[in-house]
Amino acid sequence: MSTTTEETSSEAAVVATGIGKTFDTRDGEVQALTGVDLEITAGEFVSLIGPSGCGKSTLMRLIADLDSPTEGTLEVFGKSPAQARRDQDYGIAFQQAGLLPWRTVGANIGVPLELHGVARPDREKRVAELAELVGLTDFIDRYPDQLSGGMQQRVAIARSLAEQPRLLLMDEPFGALDEMTRERMQAELARIVGESGAAVVFVTHSIPEAVFLSDRVVVLSARPGRITGVVDIGIGRDVHRDEALRETAGFFEKVTEVREALHGTPVTAAAREAR
Amino acid sequence: MTTEQASLRTGRPRARTRGAQLRATAFGLLGIISVAVLWEVYKAVAPENGVVIAGTRVLPRTTDLAMPHTWEMVARLLEPTTSQAGAAPLWLTVAEAALLSLGIAAVGWLVGTVVGVGLGLLMQFFQVVERGLLPWIVLSQTVPLIAFAPVVRSWGSRIEILGWQWPQWLSVAVIASYLAFFPVAIGMLKGLQSPQRTHLELMHTYAASRWATLRTVRLPAAVPYLLPALRLGAASAVVGTVVAEVSTGYLDGIGRQLISFAGQASGDPAKAWAPIFGAIALGLVAAGLVGLIGLALRTYRRGEAA
Repeated sequence: MSTTTEETSSEAAVVATGIGKTFDTRDGEVQALTGVDLEITAGEFVSLIGPSGCGKSTLMRLIADLDSPTEGTLEVFGKSPAQARRDQDYGIAFQQAGLLPWRTVGANIGVPLELHGVARPDREKRVAELAELVGLTDFIDRYPDQLSGGMQQRVAIARSLAEQPRLLLMDEPFGALDEMTRERMQAELARIVGESGAAVVFVTHSIPEAVFLSDRVVVLSARPGRITGVVDIGIGRDVHRDEALRETAGFFEKVTEVREALHGTPVTAAAREAR
Repeated sequence: MTTEQASLRTGRPRARTRGAQLRATAFGLLGIISVAVLWEVYKAVAPENGVVIAGTRVLPRTTDLAMPHTWEMVARLLEPTTSQAGAAPLWLTVAEAALLSLGIAAVGWLVGTVVGVGLGLLMQFFQVVERGLLPWIVLSQTVPLIAFAPVVRSWGSRIEILGWQWPQWLSVAVIASYLAFFPVAIGMLKGLQSPQRTHLELMHTYAASRWATLRTVRLPAAVPYLLPALRLGAASAVVGTVVAEVSTGYLDGIGRQLISFAGQASGDPAKAWAPIFGAIALGLVAAGLVGLIGLALRTYRRGEAA
């Protein structure tokens, strides 16, 4: 377990050098990623964006040690991803909330704490804090099937923050939500991340979502998945992320910039048509 | 569910209102009554000798010997079992035999459940075991019960440990467990393999041990698969007990009573039906008891709705 907020911003959360990943499938080898170099500093919010099959989820899964790269080296806080996983350096949230249906909201948030032997009183205290952070204090004794999709996803986010990780990995956490809920959740995530000071790797399909949340947007192209562009958003962590921000000229500019980076290469255009 | 109002729903899954319970009871009674009415109507309408087409009797005879009146069957339950002085009423004799068989079936079910759950766990933990064992488990159920029942009995009768003699009823229970373990083993394995990929990956990211994953995710996820398996196991245990009683010559249970009362049917046709009712009640009670387990574990069935 790790404490947050104090480390210097120069420390690297993730360093990827020449990462490649091939999957053996029935149709032969598929090159999911190739030659990926990426450095994410502590406290930085980085979105990975690209068409389906560009390997953005794969890259996140490599960082999470849910898969291992076939080429290159990957360091998470200066350690191997496996070691970082064992040290619980990151928290993770998927597109599916993945809540255990037989556990209440509180018990779901507390799963990682329970597994790592946090004593019950401390656990209950921490769970109450997290429930408040995501605005679910009144729902702590409810079961997942009694919650809306957005609320379930908030539980998943609270759970990913349970052990105060220095790094958050999120794979399209709002992908299954309707647009209204989605925008509200984005604003909440920006606030929560701001409070935690954690670095974030955020996989998404949505350009406005990436621009709204990120310090940097990394654009990937498909087959083989590789980085084709990096857009610095430059909104700054201190800027309050609310509805007004979505309507500023600077926001539109960055949306356009990311769109051009995304669609600018022939490879990406082909992939887009393939969809 | 996209609105937050969905959360205002507070109902427990499968919680039934009083009205629905009454309706279920009424339908149950209606079912029993309609079977009785059908029986009597057929008896009244159909020819005495049944319906014979091309030398084959396709519908049964309607004589009092073959089809006693339903009220005679019920009345017979209240009369003494035999004409001997001081004989217990028939229903009591049947109930005693059925209870004894229920006890044996329960032991068989318990043994079968322990073995089945154990095998399920073993197969989930070691894929080699699953590959090697699963075909044999399936094959085991193709062996006819009456083929090995006498063998179990004769093995059992030779077991004697420090003066403790293997009782005959235990052989019956072992045979019942042989039928009961099968659905439990299959259901357990299926249930342990049922968790969503996201759940298992989450456990991996928490660096959870196999044991912790089993406890936190796999076992709770197995419950919805295990409950119907336990119910099937209970039904199998009851059938196994009745058949094993007959084929091992165990005299005190409902199985033997079915045979011996049927033998007296020519002189006392209604009597033969009493142990049949007893066997039916036995099955219902067994299923009901297992249903109580489902009630106790209902939190773990939320996954079925989600």
